[in-house]
Amino acid sequence: MMQWETVIGLEVHVQLATQSKIFSGASTAFGAEPNTQACAVDLGLPGVLPVLNEGAVAMAVRFGLGINAEIPETSVFDRKNYFYPDLPKGYQTSQMYQPIVGPGEVEITLDDGGTKRIRVHHAHLEEDAGKSLHEDYQGMTGIDLNRAGTPLLEIVSEPDMRSAREAAAYLKAIHAIVTYLGISDGNMAEGSMRCDVNVSVRPRGQETLGTRAEIKNVNSFRFVEKAIAFEIERQIELIEDGGTVVQETRLYDPEADETRSMRTKEQANDYRYFPCPDLLPVVLDQAYVDHLRANLPELPAEKRARFQDELGLSAYDAGVLASSRAMAEYFEVVKDVSGDAKLAANWVQGELAGQLNKQGLDIADSPVSASQLGGLVARVKDETINGKAAKQVFAALWEGEGDSADAIIDARGLRQVTDSGAIEAMIDQVISDSPVQVAQYRDAEPDKRGKMIGYFVGQVMKASRGTANPQQVNALLKEKLDDA
Amino acid sequence: MALEPQDVRRAAFLARLGLNDDEAAGYVDDLSRILEMVDRLQSVDTTGVTPLAHPLDATQRLRADEVTESDQRERFQRCAPAVENGLYLVPRVVE
Amino acid sequence: MHDKTLTELATALAAGEFSSRELTETLLARIERLDGELNSFITVTGERAIAAADAADAARARGEAGPLTGLPLALKDIFCTRGVRTSCGSRMLDNFEAPYDATVVEKLAAAGSVSLGKTNMDEFAMGSSNENSYYGPVKNPWDLTAVPGGSSGGSAAAVAAGLVPAALGTDTGGSIRQPAAFCGITGLKPTYGRVSRYGMVAYASSLDQGGPLARSAADCALLLGAIAGHDLRDSTSVARGVPDYTAELGESLSGLKIGLPREYFGDGLDPAVEMAVREAIRVYESLGATVREVSLPHTSLAIPAYYVIAPAEASSNLSRYDGVRFGHRCDNPRDLIDLYQRSRAEGFGDEVKRRILIGTHTLSEGFFDAYYKKAQQVRRLIRQDFLDAFEDVDVLMGPASPTPAFDLGANKDPVSMYLQDIYTIAVNLAGIPGISVPAGFVDQRPVGLQVLGPHFAEQRLLNVAHRFQQATDWHRRQPAFGQENA
Repeated sequence: MMQWETVIGLEVHVQLATQSKIFSGASTAFGAEPNTQACAVDLGLPGVLPVLNEGAVAMAVRFGLGINAEIPETSVFDRKNYFYPDLPKGYQTSQMYQPIVGPGEVEITLDDGGTKRIRVHHAHLEEDAGKSLHEDYQGMTGIDLNRAGTPLLEIVSEPDMRSAREAAAYLKAIHAIVTYLGISDGNMAEGSMRCDVNVSVRPRGQETLGTRAEIKNVNSFRFVEKAIAFEIERQIELIEDGGTVVQETRLYDPEADETRSMRTKEQANDYRYFPCPDLLPVVLDQAYVDHLRANLPELPAEKRARFQDELGLSAYDAGVLASSRAMAEYFEVVKDVSGDAKLAANWVQGELAGQLNKQGLDIADSPVSASQLGGLVARVKDETINGKAAKQVFAALWEGEGDSADAIIDARGLRQVTDSGAIEAMIDQVISDSPVQVAQYRDAEPDKRGKMIGYFVGQVMKASRGTANPQQVNALLKEKLDDA
Repeated sequence: MALEPQDVRRAAFLARLGLNDDEAAGYVDDLSRILEMVDRLQSVDTTGVTPLAHPLDATQRLRADEVTESDQRERFQRCAPAVENGLYLVPRVVE
Repeated sequence: MHDKTLTELATALAAGEFSSRELTETLLARIERLDGELNSFITVTGERAIAAADAADAARARGEAGPLTGLPLALKDIFCTRGVRTSCGSRMLDNFEAPYDATVVEKLAAAGSVSLGKTNMDEFAMGSSNENSYYGPVKNPWDLTAVPGGSSGGSAAAVAAGLVPAALGTDTGGSIRQPAAFCGITGLKPTYGRVSRYGMVAYASSLDQGGPLARSAADCALLLGAIAGHDLRDSTSVARGVPDYTAELGESLSGLKIGLPREYFGDGLDPAVEMAVREAIRVYESLGATVREVSLPHTSLAIPAYYVIAPAEASSNLSRYDGVRFGHRCDNPRDLIDLYQRSRAEGFGDEVKRRILIGTHTLSEGFFDAYYKKAQQVRRLIRQDFLDAFEDVDVLMGPASPTPAFDLGANKDPVSMYLQDIYTIAVNLAGIPGISVPAGFVDQRPVGLQVLGPHFAEQRLLNVAHRFQQATDWHRRQPAFGQENA
């Protein structure tokens, strides 16, 4: 059997979180009534002209700095000419030859916790198109141009990914970087991040690339993985059956979980790129770039390293916690409030992540705030409560049954009993109430006793309504049972 | 560089200009002669000459990221050929 | 009133000899009487003009009059004018009432001027004879069998015929200077970027520039001062102060160094035109200027370079006319492609289609380097020719056009029509300013002297033209057309 290697490259379109559009002063807010945010420039009325938004430039440059890319002094806007009803001017203003961001690289985390560097070929600024609404308007399609002119950063990777998992990890890494930088809300459901995937296969060991198919507009992490998985299988099957892969554009259908060929009938496009005569070359002076660089926030890779080196977290924990800005920010609050990074990491990834997952919630929508969880972890750390009580407190916070861990602990009397006199009294009571079990215990070989003591621990914990310190209970029980 | 009819048809398709065969034939002749005139450009050696896109050596001014436009849909759609519910209408687009 | 210059009218209005309303009504009546024959206006905005004139008179009464207050003007129908049809001479925009004002329209209105309407033009400013208008050709008031030139033919003819004292035009390859020459008036193409292009329907964005056509250089100076300046809505407009263009008018030309480009006096130049131009240059010598021959070696490549760059930009600029958001839409489109193809086929005229096709072809894959890139390289050489020449001389002079106005219908062939622009087109490629000044007649048809200067030398050009107009009266001559009942 032939061994196949998959080669994947991604083009990620990120909507930049500017207030106004890339070439006009119209708002970019999502969800407005159709065409109420399409101004004269966005509509391409006769005579209008574009003026470039500094906010979009700054965001693009910050992205470039965030992936250690070259930032060329000069970039140029070109026109990509084609007709489509949601493209008002009959051309898209983009950057073909001199993009604003040059080559850089993104580090991704692999399933085994290792990392891999994916090269970014370049990233360029361009304007988004409007939307075609295919509901029936007298048998016609409706065009809403509110989105037209929204700034996009198109990030083009080198074909460095070798599996669907790597592609998904890359997309997640890009998502993390743009959200860390605050240059995009990264909302894939609203189309703030969209992805075109280039996939080809080649026999392992072969140098030259196979013919690629481009899968357009794959709009979730999960779909990227599934679309690629399907496409890889399709291409391998096709070749093994004696066919050849055609270079074409395909569309992923999530319902059928398959990719399908698009626009086969249409004549090949010829976009006739040429420099946009309405815009002048964008020249960035060094001071401007330096200023942006000086104000970059800590990015995922740096955070991951700090979590490992300074907080002593494992590579895996550091990777997971740094993977999204929301997660990292949440964790850091829990850590600061509780004063214990490892405990905080365990709680964020354990109890919290489990509950969020179960309910299908984002960390941003967590009913338990980071400071609430931090307060809870602090009480675990100072042994005010034991682990069992902590779970009760967490559940209560989740259900909104108290404002803080302390309030719940007090209201429910969950404070851990560490007074050995009180614990001894409870132990004595249990021993006198369980003569049969005590006899069995004492008859048993010493190496069996370890297991049997569990029964007594359980009884004491029950008697204390879970508040007794389990370690103390264990030690005292052993003393009393063994020494008799 | 003389043009062939298919060159004109291709350009007309890219430019979305409907042409009938007679019109296309007329343009083959016109455009060929225009290109012949244009071909005089090849007579000069431009090796090493940077293309000039703008007559002044100016650079792009950037505007502040501020919303300065308000909704003018009603006025803008007064000159639109077909609208409904604020949407511009076009013949059904099939994906 | 109709034969006065803008400057004279301003003085008369200030002196209270007549009101702006009287002036406006007189001119509207003249348009009504004469323009049926001339066809220089596409849309006359009489009611708005009267309202603006009344407002100007009221402002004057309050003591708030500026230099342009109450002065009637006309706008080439390429400038978007809110609430008024802005057709660009095309069926495509026959139904287009612009929803906003061009920057220059705003500025002229704010200055208190009175727009009488929108003037005829070659469709989308593509042409040199005004015969490419959906609204029919314009006639030359000096000879109704001749063209007025193009593409700002309506503006030039209206000024020459005394329908309006001045008008705005646009110049992409000579479209102000050549019709000014053909109609015996003064027309200035400013430096690229001097006048905002916002709201000026684009033909070729890196070449287009708006400017005044008027009866004198002094009038052009007055108008340029009102329309020039940095516009935040036009990235290509230049952030540079606007001088008082009238301030230096009348300064001595003693010591002025005039260059005569050898290439502008060669084959194809009508000897009678050459004679008139050389006579004008002798006038300058008598005013103290010195003359020398210079060379612009890449002149013969200007038209080829232009017919790559301008159609390429146009093919893209005109893609927005797709029948979706504004403009002509065909009846009952079968599908999307049909909507595009038929709307555009019906909406655009022959010359526009020709240039869209040329531009589309030269930009397409496999041709880009040979045409577009090459033309841009040659464009740099052409600009360098001028920069080099201006190292040695202050201005360049030559004919605005190789012939006087030709007959309507005489130039059927597109290429021979293009070659008419031999002396004007390089100026747009280089982005420098140029002015056309009346300098005599050949067979009762006017001849224009073209004066060129370095980037932003408008003040110098206007003074050079003004001094000539103090020494000659060619610019005061009036055609017989429209005089009998004046």
